[in-house]
Amino acid sequence: MWSLSSITDIVQTWLGSTFNPTIALLLQFVMAGLLVITLFAVLGLVLVFMERKVSAYMQVRIGPNRVGPRGYLQTAADTLKLLMKEGLVPAGADKFLFNLAPYVVMISAMLLMAPIAFAKDFQMWDLNIGVLYVSSVSSIAVIGILMAGWSSNNKYSLLGAMRSGAQIVSYELSAGLSIISIVILVGSLKISDIIASQQDGWWIFKGHIPAIIAFVIFLIAVTAETNRAPFDLAEAESELTAGFHTEYSGMRFALFFLAEYANIFIVCAIGATLFLGGWMPFHIGNLQAFNHIMDYIPSSIWFFGKTFFLIFVIMWFRWTFPRLRIDQLLNLEWKYLLPISMFNVLLVTIMAIMKWHF
Amino acid sequence: MFLKEYFKTIFGTVKSLLTGMRRTGYYFTHGKEIITQEYPNEYPVLADRFRGEVVMIHDEKNEHRCTGCSACEISCPNGTIKIISKFETGPDGKKKKAIDKFVYHLELCTFCNLCIEACPTSAIKMDQAFEHSVFDRSRLTKVLNKPGSKIMEGVE
Repeated sequence: MWSLSSITDIVQTWLGSTFNPTIALLLQFVMAGLLVITLFAVLGLVLVFMERKVSAYMQVRIGPNRVGPRGYLQTAADTLKLLMKEGLVPAGADKFLFNLAPYVVMISAMLLMAPIAFAKDFQMWDLNIGVLYVSSVSSIAVIGILMAGWSSNNKYSLLGAMRSGAQIVSYELSAGLSIISIVILVGSLKISDIIASQQDGWWIFKGHIPAIIAFVIFLIAVTAETNRAPFDLAEAESELTAGFHTEYSGMRFALFFLAEYANIFIVCAIGATLFLGGWMPFHIGNLQAFNHIMDYIPSSIWFFGKTFFLIFVIMWFRWTFPRLRIDQLLNLEWKYLLPISMFNVLLVTIMAIMKWHF
Repeated sequence: MFLKEYFKTIFGTVKSLLTGMRRTGYYFTHGKEIITQEYPNEYPVLADRFRGEVVMIHDEKNEHRCTGCSACEISCPNGTIKIISKFETGPDGKKKKAIDKFVYHLELCTFCNLCIEACPTSAIKMDQAFEHSVFDRSRLTKVLNKPGSKIMEGVE
């Protein structure tokens, strides 16, 4: 099976034989960092373009089609424009926090890249509490958002940030509970164990209805956590101009924008890992012939295919559903999603104890 | 009883959300439904009642139907139309009022259609031309009656 791990092995042996271990390790850090930054830049360009095209087609429009062939260079041109723009700091702003906030949001998104398995044996840090790490680090982003809202010295920003805080704190619960239901089935928090447990079928198929319920709740909760429509109260354009990033311009605004899309990618990658088997090809039980054919498709294509499918679903949500009011939003979480997911965890636990899953 | 309501709400919500997603999904997969008209590349299909500018109808003998009654000038809410009239001596020796210039200020016009409705002889109509950008504002002041044109026979 074609794999990226051969490349990483070659690089590692070459580094190990050329430099002493400390420098080799540092060089590996630098390389991983550069790869993450490159991935972020590419993701920003691709996802923004994808969003604009998807939204256009869903609204019976064409979308960007002027810059470059079929509009493919549109986002590159937008990025260039944002780079050229002046980054304005409002006079009444808390300058230190104002400048720090986009980096906090961005860095928390970058940290989340560490435990994600992009392909077979292609993972930066396979730590034994992978899923816990993801769900805890992803909540750091809300501090950045609150910082941005507070330091802007603007009532719209503050309102947006407070809403975002209320929203993320609430939805973290049901996202966490639906993650836990898979962790119960696997019996491990380690990402590689979770993927390995889906060797004979993805959890969404193996886990019967409770896994499907958990998957749906996870999708709803992460849509809310990434502040996207229909839960985009934090930046509701029609109410709060742009919410917490009203006062941001130029590259600082671009960082918020990029972090939003990077977060979408990350939560979809986590969703794909937990429910759809990560880089694991589509396997059906013990059908060796079928499984063997599926193995010919590279694992990275499986991973990115699943992730982009989930991203598409989340975009589909955004361009179909109207925005919720803040009380409806909290109603949905505390009266519906949380009780259902708690009950669901109970079901999954019974299922795991009785070994009813495949 | 409470649980029944609770689950009814959930299923009703899911059903209505899925209906919406089916609609957008249909549009996403059916590219031919797109209604965008790529204007500079292709001339757009305009609605029948699209109002671009006021023109005066002239027939092939360079005759119009405007009697110079200035009903349009009076009906115009923002002074777009100015009629400069003159007196002509007809073949029977009678002096008759006629238009010298029908001045139309396109830059003031809001395309409200009131002048067309006010015209008793249907001399003017709305045209669909909409590409009105010019480099100099004075070019938007137009004289609608063509040079040398005269009133149609029998229009009073």
